Amino acid sequence: MSVPTIALQGVTFSYPDGRRALDGVDLHIHPGERVALLGPNGAGKTTLVLHLNGILTPQRGTVEVAGIPVTRENFVEVRRRVGIVFQDPDDQVFMPTVREDVAFGPANLGLRGADLEARVETALTAVGMQERRDRAPHHLSFGERRLVAIATVLAMEPEILVLDEPSANLDPAGRRELAGVLRRLGLTMLMVTHDLPYALQLCDRAVVMGAGRIAADGPIEEILADQSLMAAHRLELPLGFDLDLVLRLRREVGGPAA
Amino acid sequence: MKLAATLAFVLAVVATPREAFWAFGVHAALVAGAAAAGRIPPGFLLRRLLVETPFLLFAVFLPFLGSGERLEVLGISLSRQGLWAAWNIVAKATLGAAASVILAATTRVPDLLKAFTRLHFPRVLTAMMGFMVRYLDVVIGELGRMRTALRSRAYRPRWIGEARALAAVAGTLFVRSYERGERVYLAMQARGYRGVMPELEAAAAPARQWIGAGAAIALAAAVASLAWMLR
Repeated sequence: MSVPTIALQGVTFSYPDGRRALDGVDLHIHPGERVALLGPNGAGKTTLVLHLNGILTPQRGTVEVAGIPVTRENFVEVRRRVGIVFQDPDDQVFMPTVREDVAFGPANLGLRGADLEARVETALTAVGMQERRDRAPHHLSFGERRLVAIATVLAMEPEILVLDEPSANLDPAGRRELAGVLRRLGLTMLMVTHDLPYALQLCDRAVVMGAGRIAADGPIEEILADQSLMAAHRLELPLGFDLDLVLRLRREVGGPAA
Repeated sequence: MKLAATLAFVLAVVATPREAFWAFGVHAALVAGAAAAGRIPPGFLLRRLLVETPFLLFAVFLPFLGSGERLEVLGISLSRQGLWAAWNIVAKATLGAAASVILAATTRVPDLLKAFTRLHFPRVLTAMMGFMVRYLDVVIGELGRMRTALRSRAYRPRWIGEARALAAVAGTLFVRSYERGERVYLAMQARGYRGVMPELEAAAAPARQWIGAGAAIALAAAVASLAWMLR
């Protein structure tokens, strides 16, 4: 089997106030997989995400990214490979212009001049924001800022894209456009979300967390259809959502469909 | 470049002796020329100049309050020294403010920040100015939403007892901004930030700009020195 993009082994983490956020988490994500990380608030999803690039480090257990252990001396290498898109684009996009912000990551990796320009151009084009290059981030719409936030991470050419609530606060059209962009990118993806239809639309595998542990891990259709598992972890599909119908359509069209 | 020119111009204006009316005439012509070159409507320039009103009001009082030799103008006793001081403030403040307004009106904030960087301003300071500009809108937006929420619950700040809510708003805003600062830092770290802002290329000013602005500065400086010599 290939080297997993992400490999967590027995990861345990408690916050300074003593609250145990992760309690022996084992998780492997392989190249090309698109995984949804589901679970109620406080289950440890965000804590897990912050372990993937060494912003938090486990008190017990190991984290490896593409075979590289996440330790202080590997932080730069690991942070290039794991692109985290945070929930609030205002937290992520902070430079005076879109172009400079997208350049921030690759510039930290030492790129300059024409190489840097090319990276920025490619990343902005991938999310369809090349026209917004010289705008100030606070003059963009929320949906555009989210796309720029994704471009800032793409510019580092990551091996895995980690998205925290990507559909939060987007209007329906923005949601659909983002789904299109993410699908076109074709990257390995880990998506933390409460938006189950969106997860079903974009991911093929689902991992359910509860109380700092992995409670379930499998094909997303099976996870969403398991009503007792769903109820136990406060997961609910929207009222009126017909999972059977969606799954039947999906089988007919082939592959994950809207 | 424009930044350097504006600074130099303001210095030249300040250095001009106040008795040399003709020198201020030349300075004013330079400002008008710059405004015309930047295609700034005079109305816009005048409105922006309102920021110096408090200084001008102060200047208006000077002739009445000043000491020394006194003059009779239309039956009002005025101080000669005060008149000179007032003229000095009005002329120099107006020219300086006008030059700054022209700079601000023709230059986008990112370019202004790059200009500071090129003039070897400490990068930490320019980065801080950049953050300020970027997050001012975000913080003002948050404040606006909190005000709306307060008003929706029939809050009317009429008497002092209700001012407590305002203090709470200020406190909440501070804590939120602080937390946002932490999240921004986290996001920066996630993109490989290690304590030093990467040096992004700053666009050099075209030579034509240098010559044009350089000539204007040279003229202003020459006028200032000439005025001193003719005194």
